[in-house]
Amino acid sequence: MLVSIYRYNPETDLKPAMVDIEVDVPTDRDLMVLDVLNLAKEKDTTIAYRRSCREGVCGSDGMNINGTNGLACITPLSSVVKPGKKLVLRPLPGLPVVRDLVVDMSIFYKQFEKVKPYLMNNEPAPNIERLQSPEDRAKLDGLYECILCACCTTSCPSFWWNPDKFIGPAGLLQAYRFLADSRDTAASERLAGLEDPFSVFRCRGIMNCVAVCPKGLNPTRAIGHIRSMLIEQSA
Amino acid sequence: MVTSATNFSRTGLSDWLVQRVSAIVLLAYSLFIFGVFVLYPELSFEQWSGIFSNNAVRLFSMMSVLALCGHAWIGMWTIATDYLTSLQLGSAATFVRLIFQLGCALLITVYLLWGIQIFWGS
Repeated sequence: MLVSIYRYNPETDLKPAMVDIEVDVPTDRDLMVLDVLNLAKEKDTTIAYRRSCREGVCGSDGMNINGTNGLACITPLSSVVKPGKKLVLRPLPGLPVVRDLVVDMSIFYKQFEKVKPYLMNNEPAPNIERLQSPEDRAKLDGLYECILCACCTTSCPSFWWNPDKFIGPAGLLQAYRFLADSRDTAASERLAGLEDPFSVFRCRGIMNCVAVCPKGLNPTRAIGHIRSMLIEQSA
Repeated sequence: MVTSATNFSRTGLSDWLVQRVSAIVLLAYSLFIFGVFVLYPELSFEQWSGIFSNNAVRLFSMMSVLALCGHAWIGMWTIATDYLTSLQLGSAATFVRLIFQLGCALLITVYLLWGIQIFWGS
């Protein structure tokens, strides 16, 4: 099958180009997109991309597959390409390209850092660990599973337009993960850092994040919860 | 915390609330105007000016003009800060955006004053 791959080396190329590579794909089983990419790399060893766990846990191989962001390692070829059609692979949109499918995620991590993604508790630490009821623990389901692959944030137009100001769905999902944690005592401090017109409120609820999340999470819902908390705190 | 001097309100929360409340006012007013056209299929000028000589209608109209002005300002400010940024326009972005927002502010002021003149003028 034909695989079209975005090639760009900022040190030597004037501009990016899509390069087609013919890859022999076995027809008796369904491959993952990453497998096809590995086959393409056997033909051209200069193709650069990130990958590690190859099972959707590390979040390294987030890329744009036939127009939709996803993890190449857990995206079956049959789900993105019809038989006889081309597989088109581009880097995640909206981030600077380091080389080929490898993007510079600095600004993504910077936004993640802004939400203080760690437990803050000003009460003295107990002798054993801080306990949490099963009900309170259940509130973190659908939030803690994020692997920071950046598929959601880089599919969000609000992040494309204001990557330095809008925290983005991944960061906001984590912001709510700590706002919802019964062991965290810094909710009002966290909310004070989010009430400006950009950090949270650039979200227009178009739900691209929900559509692409490889882990099936729902950042839009988390953002809605943050908005409700902001209203409750200020009203 | 990201701050912006060209946004008149202090928080994104108040912008968000104003946007929704003003939208409800504008929806109610649109339904009211639509209702007038349904109730009076052959509306004459006398009936039309009769409806608008009622103080409640004038007040409602004025509220809608204010809602429109607030809604338009926040909406245009949001559009400007999305599309007229240094990512798209480079170093000229702030200048272009301020000119654009100045234009919006002028237009909104004209609409507001014009609205006052129409509904409360002699």
